[in-house]
Amino acid sequence: MAKLILSVDGQVLKEFPLSKERTLIGRKPHNDIQIDNLAVSGEHAAIITILNDSFIEDLGSTNGTMVNGKPIKKHFLQNNDVVEIGKHKLKYFNDAPTAATAADFEKTMIIRNPAKAAPPPPKAEMSDTQTNLKPLAQPEVVKAAPPPPPPAAPAAEARHEPTPIQPVPKPEPKPAPRPEPAPAPAAAHAAEAPAAGGSLRDAAIQVLSGAAAGRTLDLTKNLTTIGKPGLQVAVITKRPNGYFITHVEGATYPTINGASLGAQARSLGDHDLIEIAGVKMEFFYKP
Amino acid sequence: MSAGARVMDLKQSLQTASLTDPGRVRDHNEDCIESRPEIGLYVLADGMGGYNAGEVASGMATSLISDGLQEVWELREVERLGRDEAKALSEKLIKEQVARANTAIFTTSQNNPECAGMGTTLVVCHFFDNFLTAAHIGDSRLYRLRGETMEQVTRDHSLLQEQLDSGLITPDEARLSQNKNLVTRALGIDPTVEAEVHVYETQPDDVYLLCSDGLSDMVEDDEIRLTLHTLKTNLNLTAQQLIQAANDHGGRDNISAMLIRVAEPYGVPRGWLARLKALFA
Repeated sequence: MAKLILSVDGQVLKEFPLSKERTLIGRKPHNDIQIDNLAVSGEHAAIITILNDSFIEDLGSTNGTMVNGKPIKKHFLQNNDVVEIGKHKLKYFNDAPTAATAADFEKTMIIRNPAKAAPPPPKAEMSDTQTNLKPLAQPEVVKAAPPPPPPAAPAAEARHEPTPIQPVPKPEPKPAPRPEPAPAPAAAHAAEAPAAGGSLRDAAIQVLSGAAAGRTLDLTKNLTTIGKPGLQVAVITKRPNGYFITHVEGATYPTINGASLGAQARSLGDHDLIEIAGVKMEFFYKP
Repeated sequence: MSAGARVMDLKQSLQTASLTDPGRVRDHNEDCIESRPEIGLYVLADGMGGYNAGEVASGMATSLISDGLQEVWELREVERLGRDEAKALSEKLIKEQVARANTAIFTTSQNNPECAGMGTTLVVCHFFDNFLTAAHIGDSRLYRLRGETMEQVTRDHSLLQEQLDSGLITPDEARLSQNKNLVTRALGIDPTVEAEVHVYETQPDDVYLLCSDGLSDMVEDDEIRLTLHTLKTNLNLTAQQLIQAANDHGGRDNISAMLIRVAEPYGVPRGWLARLKALFA
């Protein structure tokens, strides 16, 4: 279970497990985490915990709430985040699941919608997202807490339109290529490969014949097609363990160093010669 | 018999490829896929719960729904129905088959202690007359590539999706969430379940991808899009490439992908003459 450790001037005061769906932080005594200091508002901030995730939100406090040095209204807490309220610090710990439980942890599980299992909650609660999401282990509903939780936009009811595309998260930036020798050709399921784009060296294709002779094509994307659509096409895939070429379409296969590629993927080595759709090209690792 | 002609058409009009893989961490595969190209039906299920009962649930779901729909859909003379009637019928029959599968899985889990608590997510695609009926439960997904653009057609029944919908978290934050594995709906868990069912018009050259979360959790949407767009002329290779990408990124769960490309229109002739012919065929 996630927890917060309260400290002031480097002195640890207390530890608070985040066992409730809504944990209130403030100066007044009814708060779950009471900080008796005039810089702290009566109800200063709240932490909403939904199973393994916790969010902090400022409840319109006078002096504001900071996370990792930045003022926030609402923030999705990550392990080791430091919440600052006046001179007090609350460090957030949410230990990653241990290796032993990791496999179980990731298994798909059902979370029941309590609206079905239990009698529906009072109307006023219906617009409160937390109510709908209320997980198994946190039965009580914070009812009369004066400031209603601001982040709870009305639960989206219109689930019936086709989903628009979510903005696609950008792939992680690639670490700079390491000056390693070219990766050895490896089987499709190499042992524990790092995420794509890891330590793989940059490579390119240089066209040696035909109208585009002399042109270079950098292999920056995970997939790059070469050849002529409808006639003969192959794809070069960039994988954690190297570059591979595979036949995509066309009655005959391209050749690599004069030998037919065949239907299977083949790993590319430095200065391999590819001939496709009547054009010769060379694969090489960039210096 | 006109039904024979239609059957041939559908198999020619829709190119398909499917693949399922245990991934690199799990020792067995709880995903299950089944297709009936003759009636344009594709079913994918990702089982969960019980000791090894996840695959029981997903296997029951795919075979019951496939067999069930094949039985009732082939009996109908789809050609004789109006377009709207055909759409309504497909939707109704799929709902019925899903409900039937739910009852069967739920009953089995109640009567067999080793199957207690088993369930499965589900995505079903039924192609007919230039339309597609898509049904889903849980976080198995349907994507569509049209032109250069890929869209997620289904909206997960998951805690994370509810949080996204309500604005509690942003899509960027969602990637950091530790609650990715929690679905809010599953087949076979409760006595009844509601499948989300919609009918869409298809276009030539559309590519549809049914997949389990072992693919969509491991591979970014943009990489899936690039793969579909680049390799769609060779669907077997597309499927292999998707599975390989998921394994390259860790392969932490079972991975399944079913691909359907609309090679040409598969509309049913609807003029009065065509109907008359069908009547006397």
